[in-house]
Amino acid sequence: MTQRSLHDVVIVGVNNTPQAKLLEGHDSRSVSLAAALGAVADAGLSPLDIDGVVGPFGNDFIHQHRIGPVWRSLSPLGIPAVLEAAMAIACGLATTVLITTGEAGSHRHRTSTAPWTRPTNEFVAPYGMFTAAEFALMARRHMHLYGTTQESLAHVAAVIRNNGHVHPEAVFHGRGPFTASDVLASRMVADPFHLLDCAMTSEGGAALVLTSADRAAGRVHPVHILGGGIDHFGPAYQNPPVWESGGRRRPDLIVGTVGRRASELAFAAAGLGPQDVDVCEFYDPFSFEIIRQFEAYGFCGVGEGGDFVLSGVIEPGGRFPITTDGGTMSFSHGGAAVQLLQRVIRGVQQLRGTCSTMQVAGAEVAMCTGGGSGAMFTDVLLLGTSKP
Amino acid sequence: MTLLRPQVGPITGPDPSVFSQHYWDGCAAGELRFQRCAVCDTAVHTPAAVCPSCGSEELRWESSSGRGVIHSVTIVWRPVTPAFEAPYAPAIIELEEGWFLLTSVIDCDTDGEELAIGAPVEIVFHPLADGFVIPYARPR
Ligand SMILES: [Zn+2]
Repeated sequence: MTQRSLHDVVIVGVNNTPQAKLLEGHDSRSVSLAAALGAVADAGLSPLDIDGVVGPFGNDFIHQHRIGPVWRSLSPLGIPAVLEAAMAIACGLATTVLITTGEAGSHRHRTSTAPWTRPTNEFVAPYGMFTAAEFALMARRHMHLYGTTQESLAHVAAVIRNNGHVHPEAVFHGRGPFTASDVLASRMVADPFHLLDCAMTSEGGAALVLTSADRAAGRVHPVHILGGGIDHFGPAYQNPPVWESGGRRRPDLIVGTVGRRASELAFAAAGLGPQDVDVCEFYDPFSFEIIRQFEAYGFCGVGEGGDFVLSGVIEPGGRFPITTDGGTMSFSHGGAAVQLLQRVIRGVQQLRGTCSTMQVAGAEVAMCTGGGSGAMFTDVLLLGTSKP
Repeated sequence: MTLLRPQVGPITGPDPSVFSQHYWDGCAAGELRFQRCAVCDTAVHTPAAVCPSCGSEELRWESSSGRGVIHSVTIVWRPVTPAFEAPYAPAIIELEEGWFLLTSVIDCDTDGEELAIGAPVEIVFHPLADGFVIPYARPR
């Protein structure tokens, strides 16, 4: 087996299916398979080139296209799936891996919040907890400790929603433009989160193809994996999300800064720091999480995130543009996990220079993330136009 | 301004686990129980097999005073399911013994100062619709 490092792995295919509030004629399996074929085609490959598959419907892809026997993983989706696929390629377990995901038809009764937001654990379910409330407890603590304002949160939401407003493929395309005042005027969901501070729910599929850099030689725009990291603090939505609580490793590695260690690992592997990042494809379950991530990853000091996002850096043309397709607030939130892969897909599109809207000119390094403090985990992936 | 109250809708109690049965039995008896490490004195919740500070298995059940302060709090205006009536106020309470409990604050107004972070609270118990007793926090 050929031994490689993560730096020898590239992303060569990405695809989002159409995203919509309701995808007529689709279920989760059909939209996952559609997403997969699109990503394989985007890579200029055929299904038989795939010898590794990640995702809940990966087995169906293997069977339907008769590509077996191949490597398969049930890795959690999003960045962990990308890193595991990259490791499989680096270790020689596979040469070309497809990650595919999609959801449709699992949340069409809207009297309740989406099923993936509702924990069943004994210590939270009797109190009517759901993700917005869990994340709100973190945001309120930050506001109390550092004086972070609702205006900072609302500004983040307005910027992301405006990125989606101009994106033709966003579920909420054309719904804006939004100002921070619009966000503050929307109805309260869980203080301090107004409706427009929160992710939406929608349906869609997403897929991605990785291979080794030598196999991708000569192709247009292979995007290199520079580094990554995964930070977990244990089961979310069971134990109270206490901002200051942590493990026994290091005093500054607390739930409130979850993702710090992951970003340190990613930056070290890439030989880069926050100042080298050109575009921040940060996961945006709630507006506050963008503020928190800039602090956790060292773009600014802890407690400074509120002022940081108001300093003109996150808007189009700013030093650190965020979530440029509209993210989970406006582009799509296709279920429990689809949207986690979409931060990576957008990062790839930015580095290819092919975004039809909000393209960051000359972007060479993208930072993609997933998770959040209320869920007590954060994943980080650094992508680049060239090998470190 | 809305008075926060215990939930009265069709909400059922959880199925206790091997670890949590003693905690929920305490609630039914009007007693807030937590574990304390016999080796390093750390107060532990949610119920665990080992001490998260030192790894000891010597965890002893104790009764809390039920007194604490609000560590963080939110007011939910969009209920998670129709079984819950909004508004309600999920909160993390830091108990006097140094542990954290997720519960809801009741018996105060949504815009009251009693809902501020740092405000003193005490634990009270109320049954859910099926009779399963859970702890709440109220201003003290
Ligand atoms: Zn101990």
